[in-house]
Order: sequence, then C-alpha cells, then structure tokens
Amino acid sequence: MSTSYQLKRADFIFKNENDWEDVLRKSISRPPNELINELISSELKGRGGAGFPTGLKWKVTSEEVNDVKYVICNADEGEPGTFKDREILSRVPFKVLTAIAICGHVIGARTGYIYLRGEYFFLQNELNKAINEFEYYCKEIKFDFKIKIFMGSGAYICGEETALFESMEGKRGEPRNKPPYPSSFGYMGKPTVINNVETLAHTYTIFKYGSKRFYDLGVQYSRGSKLFSVSGDTPKPGIYELELGMSLADFVEEFGDDDTKAVQVGGASGFLVPRKRFAETNIGFQGKLVGISLPTGGSMMLFNSSRSMFNVLDNYLNFFAEESCGQCTPCRVGCQQLLKGIKAVKRGEKNAQYLDKMLKLAETMQFTAKCGLGQSVGNSFSSIVENFREEMIY
Amino acid sequence: MEKKKINIIVDGKEYQVTEGKSILESCREIGIKIPTLCYLKDISQNASCGICVVEVKGARTLVRSCISKATEGINITTHSAAINIARKTNLELLLANHPKDCLICERNGNCELQDLSALLGIKETPFERTKPVPKIDNSSLSLIRNPDKCILCGRCIAVCADVQTVYAIDFAGRGLKSKVSTYLDQGLGNVACTNCGQCALVCPTAAIIERDESKEIMADIYDDNKIVIVQTAPAIRVGIGEAMGMGEGELVTGKMVAALRKLGFSKVFDTDFAADLTIMEEGFELISRIKNKGTLPMITSCSPGWIKFIEHFFPKSLSHLSTCKSPQQMFGAVAKTYYAEKLNVDPRKIVVVSIMPCTAKKFECKRPEMKSAFHYWKEKLNLPEKDSFFDVDYVLTTRELARMFKVTGVDFSNLPEEDFDHPLGISTGAGVIFGATGGVMEAAVRTAYEVITGKPLEKIELNVLRGFEGIKEAELDLNGTKLKVAVAHTLKNARVLLEQIEEGTSPYAFIEVMTCPGGCLGGGGQPIPTTWAIRQKRSDSLYKEDRLKPIRKSHENPAIKAIYDDFLKEPLGHVSHELLHTDYIERGIY
Repeated sequence: MSTSYQLKRADFIFKNENDWEDVLRKSISRPPNELINELISSELKGRGGAGFPTGLKWKVTSEEVNDVKYVICNADEGEPGTFKDREILSRVPFKVLTAIAICGHVIGARTGYIYLRGEYFFLQNELNKAINEFEYYCKEIKFDFKIKIFMGSGAYICGEETALFESMEGKRGEPRNKPPYPSSFGYMGKPTVINNVETLAHTYTIFKYGSKRFYDLGVQYSRGSKLFSVSGDTPKPGIYELELGMSLADFVEEFGDDDTKAVQVGGASGFLVPRKRFAETNIGFQGKLVGISLPTGGSMMLFNSSRSMFNVLDNYLNFFAEESCGQCTPCRVGCQQLLKGIKAVKRGEKNAQYLDKMLKLAETMQFTAKCGLGQSVGNSFSSIVENFREEMIY
Repeated sequence: MEKKKINIIVDGKEYQVTEGKSILESCREIGIKIPTLCYLKDISQNASCGICVVEVKGARTLVRSCISKATEGINITTHSAAINIARKTNLELLLANHPKDCLICERNGNCELQDLSALLGIKETPFERTKPVPKIDNSSLSLIRNPDKCILCGRCIAVCADVQTVYAIDFAGRGLKSKVSTYLDQGLGNVACTNCGQCALVCPTAAIIERDESKEIMADIYDDNKIVIVQTAPAIRVGIGEAMGMGEGELVTGKMVAALRKLGFSKVFDTDFAADLTIMEEGFELISRIKNKGTLPMITSCSPGWIKFIEHFFPKSLSHLSTCKSPQQMFGAVAKTYYAEKLNVDPRKIVVVSIMPCTAKKFECKRPEMKSAFHYWKEKLNLPEKDSFFDVDYVLTTRELARMFKVTGVDFSNLPEEDFDHPLGISTGAGVIFGATGGVMEAAVRTAYEVITGKPLEKIELNVLRGFEGIKEAELDLNGTKLKVAVAHTLKNARVLLEQIEEGTSPYAFIEVMTCPGGCLGGGGQPIPTTWAIRQKRSDSLYKEDRLKPIRKSHENPAIKAIYDDFLKEPLGHVSHELLHTDYIERGIY
C-alpha cells in the first residue's frame, strides 16, 4: 500500500542566495532564546542520521555555565554511499560558516571547528579562503568568532562525536563512555555543540525564512527537507534535496532502473529494504504512524537483479571489520566473526543454520556494542541475511 | 556523615543504596553479583568487554553496569534470557582469539577469564579464531608480554597511565589489528618502562607476566659445585602465605624460612639485614649532605622502578637520589665479598637468589654497574673480564616462589617455623618496615635521630608516616634543627614531588619514594589479586613483626655492628663506597 505522499523536491540548501552577511548580522542581533525557540519549533533533527533534535541540543549547551564552549561542524563524512556534505562545503560554504557562528552566538562559544574528513583535503584551500573572508566580515561587524579547520586522518569511527573529540585532542579515535554528553563535556572537556554539515546548513534556512517554512515541509515527526546521495543501479545518480516522509516505492519509481531489487537506506550502517517492502517503507524518523520509518544520513544505494547480495554484505563487513575502533568486544570481534561466518557458509564449511547463530550474534552486537558503529552493523547484516538468505547459502 | 540513599529496583525488588555509585557497585552493595571482566575497581572502567551488561527500563540497548550510574527510581534487571545470551556471546567472542592452553598456562587456576568461563557455563567455543598468532615480547628483563593471551581489557594501560604516569603501553591499531603496544612497537625492554609490574598484577590473564627464572635456579640448587643462598625481602613474609593458600596478608616468616630450606637453599638470609645496612649508609649520607650543604632534598633509592622512572623522566634531578644501592644489591655485594671471605670460598661459586615482591628487581640486578663484588675480587684473584659476575644472580617474585614451592611439594602451611641463618639473616624491626610505604623514612629517622642528637628516641613509632595516603609529610625536630620530610608511593605521586624539585619549590630535606601502591607490599611481583584491603592486611602484619622484634633500630643490629667492625670500617667509607654505592644513567624518554 502506497502512502498518499508523492516525491517532493525542495531547493534550499544549494540555492545560491549570496546573503549570508545579512543572515549573520540579523541573527546575531536576536537573543539566543529566540533563535533556540525558532529551531525547536522547526522540529529540525540531526541530519547525520541519528536524528537528535537540534534545537534541544543547542538549548542544553547554552544553559551550561562555562567561559569556554565550542561549536564543531562534523564534516567527517565517512558513511559509504554518502557524499552530500562535500558538496555543501564546496558549493555553499558560507551558509555553513554562518550557521556555525550563529550557533556560537546562541551557546556562548567564540571558536568553531570544521572537522574535515581526511580524504577531503582538496576542499581545504577553498574552505580556508571562505573562512578568511568570513572572519574578515565578522571583524567588520565586531563579532568575535573564529573558525578553524581540523583535518581528520581517515578513520570512520571519528565521525562518532566523542571519538571525533578524542581525535581532535590528539588521542586515539575511540568513543568515550557516555554520559557525560558533549553538551556538558565535549571537546577539551568543554560544553560543545557538534552538528553535521547538513544540519547546520538547514539552520541557515530556518534562521533566514523562519521555522514555519521548514516545518511545512515533510510529514509529522519528520519535518523539513533532506539531501539524499543517490547511487548504485540508477540512471541518475547524484544529490537531491527531497522532503522527508516519502515512501520508498515513490523513490524507486523516480530513481530506479525498473529492475531494482533492493535499496540500502542509510549506508553500510543502515538497512537493506527488499522490493516487497518498498511500499510500506517511509524515509524519515521513527514514530511515523503508518508503515516502517527508516531514518538516514541520506545514503540511498539501489541494487538491481544483477547484484549478488552476498557480495554486498561481504563488502560491508570487510568495511566494518577494518573500521571498528577495536575497543569493545562485540564490535571488534563480532565484525570479524560475521565476516568469517558468511564466508564459511557460502563455501559450505558451515551449514546454513550457522547463519542463525550469526543473526544472534548480530543482535548481541546491537544490544551491547558501545557506540553507534557496533550497534548498527547488525542493521545491514540482519536485513540482508533475513531477506536474501538463499543468496548467502547458494 | 551518612551518605544520601536512593531507591532503586533490582530484579523486581526495591532496595535503598548509597547515592552516586555505578549500577555495578550499587548491586554489590546489596549483595547482587554482576559478572565482570575488564572492570577493576579504582583502576579501570574501560567498559570494553560487554560482560557486565544489564537491562535498564527505558534504555534502547543493554547498559554497561560498570559505567552507568544508579539513579533514583532506576529499574534494573540483572539476569534474563537476553542478558545471559549477550554475556555469553561476548565471552565466546573473546575466547575465539584466546588460546585454550589453560593446562600449561602460568595463570592456570588464577585467571579471571578461566573463572568467568566457568561462571557463565561456557561449554563450547562456537567462533573460530580470526587473528594471526602475534609475537611474544620478551625484550624486557622483568616482564614478558604474550599478546595472544590479551583480551584488550585495558587494565594494564590504565594502571600504567593513571597510577604510575609512565605511559609505556597503549592501544595501537584498530579493528582486527587492535593490540596493546609500546612506542613504535619496540617492546617493553626498549621503551620508557619502569618494570614496576603493576600491569602484570592487574592483568586478568597471562598476557603480561614476570620473566620466570625458577628453572635456572633449580638447576643451580641441584648443582653440588654451587652454594646457592637466598635473601627474602620484607614484603615476602606477608605475601607468600596467601599465595600458598593461607590468609590474606598473613605473617609467615618462620614457615617461609623453613620452606626455603626445604627447597634446597644452603643458607636462608634476610634482605632486612641489608635494609639495616642501607639505613646506616643512607642515614649518614643524609647527615653528610645536610652538614656539607650537598644536594637536597635527598631521595631514597631502594625502589628500582622509581630509579628507572627518574632516569627516564627527570634525568636532571638524578643528583637528588641517594647514591646508596638498594638493600637487595647491598646484600649481593656483601654476600660475595664479606660472606665469601668468611666462608673462605671462591665467590664465583656463590649464587645469590633474591625473593622480591618486585619485577623491577629483575632488571636492577642485571644493571651493568651491579658487579661490585667482581671488581672487588678482580685483582685479588686475578680474574679475567670474561669471568665477571653479577652481585645478585637471580630475582624471583613472590608468585614464582609460590610456584616453586608447589612444584617441589612443600607443604607450606604445615611446616614448623624456623629462623634465618647468621650473620646475614639478623635484622631489626627497622628493616622489616621497609616493605611498607613510609617504612624507610621511619627506619631512617629512628637511626638519624639518635646519631645526630646522641639521645635515645622516645617514641619510635611514627604514625604520621604510616598509612596509604599518596603523599605524607612530617617535620622532625633534631636537636633544634627542623627537617621537613615527605613520603610518596606510586610514581604519580613521586612525579608531584619531583616537579616541585624542578620548579625549586620543594620544602623537603629528605624524601622516600616507593614505586608501587602501598610500597613493596603492593609490588608488581606479589600474589594476584592485590587489592587495597589486602595491602592493608599485609601492612598490618609488617608493623606487627616490627613490634615483635627485640631490636627495632638499624644501628643497634649486632650483625651490622660486626660488619662495620670487621669489614666496612665506617659508613660512607672506602669499602662502602666500592660495594654499597652506585651511580645512575640519564636515559631520557626515547
């Protein structure tokens, strides 16, 4: 059953508006509370994939009493199949810089960082030029704010916010024990707002047009628009801004090649949805009333009937086994065992029932891994093995 | 003051527990046991193993009880089908890459991984090995690392960093390649490691163990051409009992001596004798430094982990160290000179074995400068350089000694008590308390006071210097001269005092430093486990032996008087200088 929603394009993020000076000046003249309320009523949720309400994050950090606070823009875009943040930073960097600075105004931070994925070194020069221009303007309007780029070194785990802090502090990139959360104990132990690049870009839209304009897009619980990185077996790969809440059936209708057998929503750490579930699956945050809702950082990989789902899973697991930080047992050893297990079954060294043992293992990883990485390995594993079991065996 | 209580629900029942603790500790408080592996109270909560997980109502995933706070009204379930499967699965994952050679493992019978496998009822290991067998790190003279047995719990790293501030080891690599490693993977023997062995003491498996030298010693004992004598450090008599199945911290001096004789040592001597000798030399050194305006504060040099620490991290401050050798090395030098002359035997025939609570002593006895006896004899006997020998040949930790007792069938707890041999077994209460933090200082004061003032010390028990506070200080009045002294244990606390010295703000004249928490009684070679409660019992026993000793001041030891009369002549004299004093090396960090 298809929902009544049709695929709706939006065009905010990449719209060339050239008015960041106005937006910055006007926003920082507004009291922080007003800006926080604007964000809260927009119902913007984090676009990195976890979907934490952005307004709430800024609010609790603003309430922390501390002379030093930080704003960090998480540009460690490492999820396989995601390439939107790179585009944002190269096409509309000023929107992001403005949003970082406004956040600084709201929470009381004077320094912002962009944690740039190691492989995005080619963005560094242009971005630094933009930062120089931006800081020049800040000086002109007597707004005391600095933005620096911190280059990552290529570990996937460092996109996890607390591992990112550790990395910035010169330590081994490993998630911290939580609590405390970044809002009270972030970078250098100081209260920190850390947002995804796209989330910050949306706040620009919200501060410029007001929360209603954003809230009116999307559906209940999943407001606003979102960038999707579309790849795989599609005639039109690329980045698209779409309203949240669309059904996967509509999405495949638009982007598929008429032979789509499955879509991986949310990258390697996301879920694989087989064709028979396209209609009942909606792209948005948990809590939608009808059907299944899948939150996502925006990676949409389409697979047609020529693809072996075993190879797809094998590829993901290799990725995870390599990128697990190695700290906690379920993730460190679990990823290796899942990888070894599916190979053993495929080769006939283990019988098909071993897959059930592996599914149990995946469940333990979901329940007991320390951070989002380990917890989410089971997402793709279980959804692929359960839906394409025969491809795993034969 | 009564701590505030909170209400929690555990497994459906309501309880009141002290506020501010973790779920794990709160449950322990009310007698509910949650299995753990990587967690070690006060040391490490890496929260990596995934064994102590529980359900908390409202939480999306299972919760690690070691790092999650118990809060008012929290509803906890400590066992359920889902929890049991999760714990078991996580343990099975660890076992996949852990060798199953328990029967031939050093920690057989004293291994937390083994115990947990039994506790969780592991009957099979469904997962296969995924990592290649790593190389054993035997670059260190003190410690052997077998990364194959490592379960990456992080305790060794935590104790090295947080208790000792040495940072010799850390995690390296990620995913499959995660391991505990040293700087540039050079091995423990080639980096700034102090050999303190606290890592071995906290390791739940046999991934870090002492370098075992018991085989070589047994071979020497069975060799009729050799005279194998043994010295035992103060802290052994309060540690070996528990390793032999007796009570924690039980004082077993007499049984230990009897057992060592049964093992076949020709003479059983006491490092306490050498401790008394150290007090004489060190006491006079301090007096001389004060009189002659030498470098102050002077710092004790008994603890070899501490020596290597200052050589690595504070080489500029080496002149603050007392030039006195440690008691173990004084003993070795005296045994192969003074005692060899007494026996009228070739010093090359004498094998000196030390039983130490310490892994760093293994390194210390192999320091190239520790060949004083050889240099003493070199000209007298016309010895070639290739015949050179160390003052101390072997160091055994308390744990190794316990294994030797077991192998040779010594029925330890039923042995009748025996006394140490003469003359190097005669000691005082001052020598005994060397085994506890503050003991060297207290012993030194007992002697220095009387030497300087010429009056008897009325109150010889200095309670202000006892106990486990990290840094203790006191002001002594020596005939009007006020001396400020400080006592530190653990290298973290030693670092504090050294930083004061380097900043020029140190108010002290004399400082005692012990590497390990609690002093030698908590040394890296002591029985596992060693907790603060156990350290306290060992400490109580040491001070008890001090009270029981007829002589409690080093300078009153008749054997000490004799060795000065017959051999050394005077403290800081020429012979002392040759045999009992040493110098240090500027090592730096890399």
